[in-house]
Amino acid sequence: MKKLIKLTVNDREVEAAVEPNLTLTDFLRYELNLTGTKKGCETGDCGACTVILDGIPVNSCLVLAVQANGRKVETIEGLATEEGLHPVQDAFVEHGAIQCGFCSPGMIMSAKHLLDKNPKPDEGEIRAAIAGNLCRCTGYQKIIDAIKSV
Amino acid sequence: MSDHHVINSRARRVDTPAKATGRAVYVDDISRPNMLYGALLQSPIAHAKIISIDTSAAEKLPGVKCVVTSKEAGLVKYGVSPARYDETVFCHDKVRYVGDEIAAVAAIDRETAEKAVELIKVEFEPLPVLLTIEDAMAEDAPLLHEKYPRNITGEVHQEFGDVAAAFKECDLIKTTTVKNKRQDGGFIEPQGCIAEVDLAGNLTLTSSTQSPHYIQRTVAMVLGLDIGKVRVVKAYVGAGFGPKAGTNPMELACCLMALKTKRPVKMNYSREQVFLFCRARHAFTHKITIGVKKDGTLMALEHECHLDGGAYASFGPATVYYAGSLLAGPYKLPNMKYDGYRIYTNKPACGAQRGHGAVIARAAFEQQLDMIAEELGIDPLELRQKNMMETGDTTCNDLNMSSFGMAECLNAVTEGSDWKSKKGQLPPGKGIGLACGFFVSGAGFPIYRSDTYHGTVMIKLTEDGGTVLVYTASAEIGQGSDTTFAMIAAEGLGVPLEYVRLASGDTDMGVDLGAYSSRQTLMTGHATKEAAEDVKRQVLEVLSDELDVPVDTIDIVNGRIVFDRPVDFSGLRTRYIKEHRGWTDNPESDYFTFKEASRIAYLKKGTIVGTGKYKPHFLGGTYKGAAVGTSPAYGCSAQVAEVDVDLETGQITITQIVDAHDCGKAINRTSVEGQMQGSISMGIGEAMHEEVKFDAKGNVINNDFAEYKMVTALDMPPVDAIVVETDEPNGPYGAKEVGEGAIMPTIPAILNAVYDATGVRFYELPLTPERVFEELQKKKG
Repeated sequence: MKKLIKLTVNDREVEAAVEPNLTLTDFLRYELNLTGTKKGCETGDCGACTVILDGIPVNSCLVLAVQANGRKVETIEGLATEEGLHPVQDAFVEHGAIQCGFCSPGMIMSAKHLLDKNPKPDEGEIRAAIAGNLCRCTGYQKIIDAIKSV
Repeated sequence: MSDHHVINSRARRVDTPAKATGRAVYVDDISRPNMLYGALLQSPIAHAKIISIDTSAAEKLPGVKCVVTSKEAGLVKYGVSPARYDETVFCHDKVRYVGDEIAAVAAIDRETAEKAVELIKVEFEPLPVLLTIEDAMAEDAPLLHEKYPRNITGEVHQEFGDVAAAFKECDLIKTTTVKNKRQDGGFIEPQGCIAEVDLAGNLTLTSSTQSPHYIQRTVAMVLGLDIGKVRVVKAYVGAGFGPKAGTNPMELACCLMALKTKRPVKMNYSREQVFLFCRARHAFTHKITIGVKKDGTLMALEHECHLDGGAYASFGPATVYYAGSLLAGPYKLPNMKYDGYRIYTNKPACGAQRGHGAVIARAAFEQQLDMIAEELGIDPLELRQKNMMETGDTTCNDLNMSSFGMAECLNAVTEGSDWKSKKGQLPPGKGIGLACGFFVSGAGFPIYRSDTYHGTVMIKLTEDGGTVLVYTASAEIGQGSDTTFAMIAAEGLGVPLEYVRLASGDTDMGVDLGAYSSRQTLMTGHATKEAAEDVKRQVLEVLSDELDVPVDTIDIVNGRIVFDRPVDFSGLRTRYIKEHRGWTDNPESDYFTFKEASRIAYLKKGTIVGTGKYKPHFLGGTYKGAAVGTSPAYGCSAQVAEVDVDLETGQITITQIVDAHDCGKAINRTSVEGQMQGSISMGIGEAMHEEVKFDAKGNVINNDFAEYKMVTALDMPPVDAIVVETDEPNGPYGAKEVGEGAIMPTIPAILNAVYDATGVRFYELPLTPERVFEELQKKKG
């Protein structure tokens, strides 16, 4: 039995009827076509599906779409504007912090959240903020360099 | 300052804005109208005869459109190396590991497909489960594959020089045995694919692959299709590191079901299925005996290696060769004997992973070098410097180091880490360790024996506008190859990088063997350079003709036509402007532009297309197995690791790594550093945490990222990546590998640092706190 939900995704009001077992990841990806949010494990371990829910970064694979009812979701697609890339995105590109790119949307969301709360984090704070986002390509060094540069 | 205009810089990558914004399209981001979803039935037991398969209940489930087993798929054998083809799409007589594929279903949605899979009934007759090399090689052990006695998939016996005679001249002979554990690829994107068939019967498979070319050949061969009707396209790929280089049964099942249903079919591995497919790092046991003279001169190596291979050959027959051949350098070693055995067991198959075959061999060797240095009272740095190969040297097994900046790498890391003031001076619990390594820049032959080019590239200039379109079938999987080839094309043609638009990863674009064995920069790079120079020559010939100046007096630099004498090009400019009446961006510069030149060339000759190709020259070695190890060029590296060990708990913290890698000419310096840092993180994972674990029945018990421990940002030490450049004569613009060689010294540098901190040697990985604690307790007595 589908449930009606109403939420804000990247500052847009969205209404949908969803199955109660549909994850927020699958809702964003397959119902709203916001495929920037990635699925790496579906068990909350890799962080590739990180979105910001009411100001808090979450693994969207561990959140049901119905749990997002009435709440505010920010995804990677909401960052860039007509003026261009968000400063965090630009820093990731500039510093070579992106290789395969599969962890990047989630990683960038975690980094953006950190910088929104703490504009001048030290290295330990940066490492802690992205500790839930696995990256197998970069060894994290250039990601940390990028976040420091913003 | 660089002599180059585009390469040897820190260009922003061409693919990362799309990745940073979530616009890059990976396989699972694609949806097609009328698309079906596939699911696989995989064996729940590790070794059994199949008595019967009943798909009738699954077929009756509403929403199911197709159920396939070996009856539909046929029994054509495939694999990686034709001499070792041992897989069929689906099992028909028996299953060989937990996860072996038995059937597949395509249905209107994923849930229905998965439910249908559960309705397939399979009757098994269990067979003994062989999970260790000892059990699998036992005289009375059942055979996983009838063709291979004692379950040996691949066996190597090589001797170069005379090891026994050399040992007689040695003052010190030392033997150790080192073991690692099976490592998973750990790429964040699970494999996925979509197969679709058009009305003319053309099949297109879009897949998360490292090698569209190999998949194309395998799909055509296994499903009996005309290869001209099979196209394989790589979407953006969320990394591979080796396991995505061969064809997986999901790709074949997906194509089969798309052909049967005439509808697009999409399939994905779950994370658990990634562990079940595996094809990642083998578990190796290396027994290594090194003989030296008392002045430290290396005389001989005797080496025996056993690889726990899992249930199928995959890349394993190559792995067992690499495990031996890549110990012949980077030190002068006149005598080497190697006996390697790759064994079938009832576990998921292992294959190629970053540093293919050579990583644990390198760890064992470099640790033993330090032990020998200590016994001889020689500084481990000096021992390495004394024996180090130089540019122009050839190993006893015919690997020629056409450029080899090993001495520069050693200098860079020892200075960068302040080695001389730290080695032997650190307090208990703190340690510093050094190691070296090297790796191939591609293999001499494709994985199937053939005279094919290893890479072809086509460059076309747009008929108007002078945009450079580069087409290559090579595979960007995250390493930055698209940017590398765009940069090489721009450099070769003499235009800024922004003029280049590149498309890759599609078998319609040509032949490219793909992203494995660190081959693309050198091989596809050569083909790209040749194609760019072909296009440039064609444009310059037209200008020469039109302006009546010798062709060798004209050049293209930074998008400008440069003459070595005053030349009146006003006639050509007028022609160009007449072609573009009403346009507001017509050229007014005091130089003739590439844009104008390319239009004039098109008007004269039609579409300007240039092509390039590459295959290696004969690389030496006439002995059996010479193809595995010989390469057009070798990258090399040195690393220094520093560790802090809690002597009470055994907890190790790696505090810093200084790494230097000789990549020839760095095409994109930022990408080179990224490969070095990424290699080190995978090496640290293998040294410290990673182990795929099995229960007694052959089930993977840590098949998720919670229990399979990869390196996080909190585990990763700061890495100082120092790029060392040499001029590699066999590389495009002097470039060679960096993607895999950089992992070679990581594990032994850590092992040597841990010994420096604790006085304890470790012969088994990973260095978990439990293992370290136990050894520390033993030492305390």
